[in-house]
Amino acid sequence: MEQVLRRNPALRGWLLVLPAAVFLIIFFMIPLLIVFVYSFLERGTYGGVIWQFTLENLARTFDPLYFSTFLRSVYIAILTTLISLLLGYPLAYFITTRPAHQRNLYVLALMIPFWTNFLIRTYAWLTLLRTHTGLINVSLTSLGIIEKPLPLFGNDFAIVLGLVYGWLPVMVLPIYAALERLDKSLIEAAQDLYASGAQVFRRVIWPLSLPGVVAGSMLVFIPSLGAFVTPAILGGGKSLMIGNIISNQFLAAHDWPFGSALSMLMMIVMLLATLIYFRWALREGVQP
Amino acid sequence: MNDANRSHDRLARWRASLGGWILSGYGVLAYLFLYLPIVILVVFSFNDSRSTSQWQGFTVDWYYAMFDDRQIILSLWNSFFLAVVSTIIATVLGTLIALGLERYSFRGKTAVDSMLYLPVIIPDIAMAIMLLIFFNLSGIGFQPWKVQFFGVKLAVPYSVIIAHVAFNISFVAIVVRARLAQMDRTLEEAAQDLYANSWRTFRRITLPMLMPGIIGGALLAFTLSLDDFVITFFTSGAGFNTLPVRVFGMIKKGVTPKINAVSTLMLVVSLSLVFLSIIMRRRGGDDEPIQFGF
Repeated sequence: MEQVLRRNPALRGWLLVLPAAVFLIIFFMIPLLIVFVYSFLERGTYGGVIWQFTLENLARTFDPLYFSTFLRSVYIAILTTLISLLLGYPLAYFITTRPAHQRNLYVLALMIPFWTNFLIRTYAWLTLLRTHTGLINVSLTSLGIIEKPLPLFGNDFAIVLGLVYGWLPVMVLPIYAALERLDKSLIEAAQDLYASGAQVFRRVIWPLSLPGVVAGSMLVFIPSLGAFVTPAILGGGKSLMIGNIISNQFLAAHDWPFGSALSMLMMIVMLLATLIYFRWALREGVQP
Repeated sequence: MNDANRSHDRLARWRASLGGWILSGYGVLAYLFLYLPIVILVVFSFNDSRSTSQWQGFTVDWYYAMFDDRQIILSLWNSFFLAVVSTIIATVLGTLIALGLERYSFRGKTAVDSMLYLPVIIPDIAMAIMLLIFFNLSGIGFQPWKVQFFGVKLAVPYSVIIAHVAFNISFVAIVVRARLAQMDRTLEEAAQDLYANSWRTFRRITLPMLMPGIIGGALLAFTLSLDDFVITFFTSGAGFNTLPVRVFGMIKKGVTPKINAVSTLMLVVSLSLVFLSIIMRRRGGDDEPIQFGF
């Protein structure tokens, strides 16, 4: 046995990979396949399915009732990504301007909120944003700055704010990595050639940081589109996203095939985004 | 240098320093945005009132209320047990697959590689419902593992343990692979030149050098398992709570400083784990900039 293994490194590689690969095939790939199959089946009475092929579930995902929520989820995810980029880019730039020995500390300070529980960070915003009992409205009203509470909660504003807060660090990190690697002599060269600050940014800094920007945008867009906790807590039961509709199909409506079809649709959009990203990365010759 | 040029220089310097000030001011604001909600959350866990928005004085009563709540304590034990078990399994499987993929080439490697990255990319909710259907259909169901853990009787569904291992393997594998990729191989080659067989080389050289990566991966898996809400919520069946699942249920019923107290406890645990992982990294002589926790 040992002789065989010693002479055959490929076999050794296979044996090392095998346990985890088998585990993931059974508990990840097969479930993924089942969701795919389920989205073509008819619903059973109390959850479950009837093994009868149908395209009705896929057709129903385009029903305006659901499709409008889906489109709004895409809109919220894009908005979250853009705002995170707008807030995150200058923050990443700020960190690169710090003295070298302090930068790791600033990055650590950025990641500490990210490592704390997402549910808790969302709950923190709930206590701040609630319409009548939230800290912001209570404080502003008692200070006499506003008379009626501001509509901060139970709408798209609250969801986008919660998502930006949750995912901002993963936008900043790749942009910071790209800016950090940037060759400072290129900026000096541009300045020697009398380029204005705006020109240096547009022609030198921005193009060179683009890989970080695209990577960060992917890391924010994907979880934002699949958000479940944020809309469930900050959407106040009204402002819902596709993740909540999917969960409703399983927990309340007992329409598993339709829930499967919706999550297939969601995964397809994410897969497309990832594919576009990898093709772009390949063309630009950057490491995805 | 003429006067016009000099004043142009002064203007440019003035603009540069103004820009620096604005940037620094923005940096301060951005960090305030990140930290203020968490600080306020912690502050109101000590509020002597049911309100989480009006300060009424200092008390630690909410912490007493939390430790008196048997549901919360049980869910804390559940979380802890689940994290320990799923971390052990995921660390073993993840380390093995990392070694196989990084050190050997074989047919089907690309396929295994892409499969390993899927659980990281896929959103929680998709993985949650996928596993929910699977456990229902396969007949594995939501049978609990009845176990005594530090003298506490727990009933943890196998389905949740499996689900946690499924999302943790990939994270462990990524961390261990990163460590393997940057490891100096000359020591291993030296050992083999001195006629150590491959098992001995692995035991005495590779494994000790790899240890910081393995511990880093395990700590990440432990944290992810403790923090997970969505996948646990959907794969546990009825009646099983981890701390995040319990907190979600409490939030749905209404906001009280007791939730702030539980949140503060979870915060302290997460922070301790972060600092533990930083200490381990330092020990491993790893001064690379911090990534997403790995």
